[in-house]
Amino acid sequence: MSSTVKDFLFFGAVISILGYELGLFLKSKFHIALFNPLLISIIAVMVFLSALGIDYESYHESAKYLSYLLTPATICLAVPLYEQMELLKKHKKAIIVGTLTGVLTSMVSVLMLALLFKLDHQQYVTFLPKSITTAIGMGISEEMDGIVAITVACIIVTGIFGNVAAETILKVFKIHDPVAKGLAIGSAAHALGTTKAMEMGEIEGAMSSLAIAASGLCTVIFTSIFANFI
Amino acid sequence: MKYIKQFSIILLISLIGEILHLLIPLPVPASIYGLVLMLLGLKTGLITLSSVKEASVFLVEIMPLMFIPAAVGLLDSWGVLRPILIPFAAVSLLSTTVVMAATGKITQFFIHSDKKGKADKDEQHS
Repeated sequence: MSSTVKDFLFFGAVISILGYELGLFLKSKFHIALFNPLLISIIAVMVFLSALGIDYESYHESAKYLSYLLTPATICLAVPLYEQMELLKKHKKAIIVGTLTGVLTSMVSVLMLALLFKLDHQQYVTFLPKSITTAIGMGISEEMDGIVAITVACIIVTGIFGNVAAETILKVFKIHDPVAKGLAIGSAAHALGTTKAMEMGEIEGAMSSLAIAASGLCTVIFTSIFANFI
Repeated sequence: MKYIKQFSIILLISLIGEILHLLIPLPVPASIYGLVLMLLGLKTGLITLSSVKEASVFLVEIMPLMFIPAAVGLLDSWGVLRPILIPFAAVSLLSTTVVMAATGKITQFFIHSDKKGKADKDEQHS
């Protein structure tokens, strides 16, 4: 089955999109946070591939064309950000303090969990860049001699969890302000979370986009300090 | 024609981002250089909103789909994850929750105190 699938250029994209459509359908039927289109599509594709005995590599051979547009799409996040420029200027102080809080909380919480689970240096630095966008996180992990495959897995799980749980977490902690919501999602769950913030509204989406770049760049600086702690 | 021009601009910025990534020895990806360049371009008026708007809206809207292939790749990571599954889950879930809550709370607090500060000032003036 795997070898046949490899010949189809559109196989990967089609089953990924069908999985997403299934997720959208379930979401419209049942209003439960767990029926998140992204989560459903990932599980659906995994189940489908396992059921038909298709390996990941054969799927990825044609699915990778979907990811090709990730860089241009991330660049386009600048457009909603530009449209909310006035708001950004108005709340400059809150946004700077919020972004630094996000980066530091991420580092400190990973440090504490690493101490709790008695992780060694390599495992610790592997987890440090987990809240930021994959490309920066991978780069940091590689530079610090972390295990890049685990960093990537952690970044993706973090992003999916952030996407699925964002509405619940924000509600529980009574975070209602759209600027605060967007910044919180982007700081905790990078681009994957940002797709959720975009659904919530223009301001949330713009602030989440800002947080991807701002917290990503701050993390580059702070990991070099925090890496020395274990 | 409109879409050709819009996509050309976006892809050109992507390429410039890649070149910067190659030249500058920092773990900053092409997409972040590109995001900053696009923002600067829009701010300085070098790029007008109407010359990128529709294509940008389209790309941002379909962005969730672009994460599916990498996420399905978690299937292959099971081997390396199994020995550290508990710390892995704790870091992924707990830390993400804490970061989201802390960032949101602090930002909201400062926005409210901003507004309050301004309201007080206005009152003094009147």
